Amino acid sequence: MKRIRLSKTNRINFATYGGVILAYAVLQFLNGGGMLSSTIRGQLVPICAYVTMALSLNLTVGVLGELSLGHAGFMSVGAFAGAVAAAALPITSDPLRLAASMVIAALAAAITGTLVGIPVLRLNGDYLAIVTLAFGQIIKSIVENLYIGIDDRGLHASFLENRIIFRDGGRMILNGAMGVNGIAKISSFTAGFVLVMLVLVVIFNLVDSRAGRAIMALRDNRIAAESVGIPVTKYKLMAFVISAAMAGAAGALFALGQNTITANKFDFNTSILILVFVVLGGQGNMWGSILAATFLTVLPETKAMRGLADYRMLVYAVVLILVMLATNNPTIQDFINTKFRKKKKKGGAVK
Amino acid sequence: MKKFLALVLALVMTLALAACGGGDGQKDGSGAAIKIGGVGPLTGGAAIYGNAAKGGAEIAAEEINALGGLQIDLRYEDDAHDPEKSVNAYNSLKDWGMQVFLGSVTSGPGAATAAESNGDHMFYLTPSASSTDVIGGVANPLTGSVDIPRRDNVFQMCFVDPDQGAYSAQYISDNSLGSKIAVIYKNDDIYSTGIYNSFAAKAAELGLNIVSTTTFTTDSQTDFSVQISDAKNNGADLVYLPTYYEANALILTQANASGYTPKYFGVDGMDGILSVTGFDTSLAEGVMLLTPFSADAEDQRTKSFVSKYVEKYGDTPNQFAADAYDCVYAIYEALKDEDVSSATSASDMCDLLMGKFTSGSFTFTGLTGENMTWDASGAVSKYPKGMYIQNGAYVGMD
Repeated sequence: MKRIRLSKTNRINFATYGGVILAYAVLQFLNGGGMLSSTIRGQLVPICAYVTMALSLNLTVGVLGELSLGHAGFMSVGAFAGAVAAAALPITSDPLRLAASMVIAALAAAITGTLVGIPVLRLNGDYLAIVTLAFGQIIKSIVENLYIGIDDRGLHASFLENRIIFRDGGRMILNGAMGVNGIAKISSFTAGFVLVMLVLVVIFNLVDSRAGRAIMALRDNRIAAESVGIPVTKYKLMAFVISAAMAGAAGALFALGQNTITANKFDFNTSILILVFVVLGGQGNMWGSILAATFLTVLPETKAMRGLADYRMLVYAVVLILVMLATNNPTIQDFINTKFRKKKKKGGAVK
Repeated sequence: MKKFLALVLALVMTLALAACGGGDGQKDGSGAAIKIGGVGPLTGGAAIYGNAAKGGAEIAAEEINALGGLQIDLRYEDDAHDPEKSVNAYNSLKDWGMQVFLGSVTSGPGAATAAESNGDHMFYLTPSASSTDVIGGVANPLTGSVDIPRRDNVFQMCFVDPDQGAYSAQYISDNSLGSKIAVIYKNDDIYSTGIYNSFAAKAAELGLNIVSTTTFTTDSQTDFSVQISDAKNNGADLVYLPTYYEANALILTQANASGYTPKYFGVDGMDGILSVTGFDTSLAEGVMLLTPFSADAEDQRTKSFVSKYVEKYGDTPNQFAADAYDCVYAIYEALKDEDVSSATSASDMCDLLMGKFTSGSFTFTGLTGENMTWDASGAVSKYPKGMYIQNGAYVGMD
């Protein structure tokens, strides 16, 4: 009994890995042949970043079962930490510098996650959601008032006002509310793919582990879980911090693929957008998050949508509502289920 | 089942709508015309700037196409004032086959598309992205450091922000307009911050007495009570506003409501304040501003442009529209005697236009200035003109 259920999970997990690898291979092949439009090529890195964001939030929302409305805050921490690290690190190889920046970004976001998580995770439900919302705003305000520059003596920082005085050859990296300008684009689609795969490996193994079961037990019934001796705060914090670290890495990937990033890019709207990816893809459903994030990122930039001109964002919103309704419609669900079951039966017969 | 049917019907409608739109987009991609693309906020909070620039550029393209000779195919894409989306919009214009880029309308996204177009070697002439981060190669007035290297393909039609800030400070000092000065600026906007930084640097040099410096952001641009009372409590008799006109209209209204009536000094973003719906224009009497363009000017070209714009869009054009109009004409003037066609690659076009613009012999007269020239820095040789508002119209200060 147990073995069968496990293998089903594993099957889904391997199908998810396979799907991601296949998508990467196909896109790389098309890109190599010059068959991708500039629009799609420009979106490859942001898609990987948003997919990672959706996966990491799914860990908090789907697996831990806590609603977070400030996930873009961790992306912001990662983005700015990553951008500063990439500008400051004396590594000449781009992929290595990117990897090091992403690690630093993940660490920075994890530390922030711990600081936020210790007081916040004692709350539940709506209270937690509102506090995470406030956290996102705090991060935005801090970044908007932070000035960081670099010269031959190292990094200089100043808060509220730009009081940095350079020696020769210095330059500003983070310019308060104006954000980071003129970032050297070192993110690549391959790096994004590796990040998505790593995040999937971490999430799938965490969910399958002893800790993962404890986390899910907390989600399903906190009181029951507590009564059998599961330390609530410890496991909640574990899931929350891992999720934050992944969001930080995604932020660095995103930032280092853009020319300009500002703090207001990572505002409440972005948090909600990522939550939409998770809800649309299904809470706890990792491949669903990947598909939803990709679909909703690409959709407004497609040729048909661009052609709508002024009605573009209206149609985008209508499509979003329709997709939500459609995926929750019992008739459609039944239809998909029967199809799926038939396929499974066929597969069984072959075996 | 009924619900299901309704859902299917709604989906069909959306698809039909999408299909119509798709058809619309196709129609303008015809002929042997030069493809000029532009990116700007056509939706969202900054939409007035994007739509004004788009309107001005469209009028210029129509006039040029009516002349015969070199034809122009113009297309604007929406970026909702977001750097990430502006790069997407730029990429979709590239897919369309754009040969010359009118750049971004606003500065933040402008810096992103400038970097992108620099990598592609695509000629970039922006109507209104006035930040030095767009052209690059200009030192930060606060730290003296050059944070962004010069992007050789990028040129501006508007004057750069530091000129405006320094000029304002000089003007205020020369005419002793204020003994105590308050500044309110928008600190998440590179346009406003850029002007403020150069104003602050120049004001310190000239020994101006700044008694209050307060800021606001996109999220807080509806309530200015804190900033106004700070200026009032510090006894400021001149308020310097390096910000856009909607915010300025609110500041003037709210200050007046609280019984505070200092003198105001704005920059080119102040232009448009007289056309804000619901704004009591008598409050703007005596407001000083810098603008390259005045819709009330008496010359034939401005009059014709204003009447066409009013007829087509039902609004008085502001400097964004005039700058975009000039951009299209400047590109036309530079290309009309050259051997170019829709088959010329964007990169060859860029070499050609860069050569023209930096040659020193290429001058351009438009709505926003006479005999303008460009040099390798990308900035235009155009200087802010001081105006003040009298009886609801602009009057030159000198």
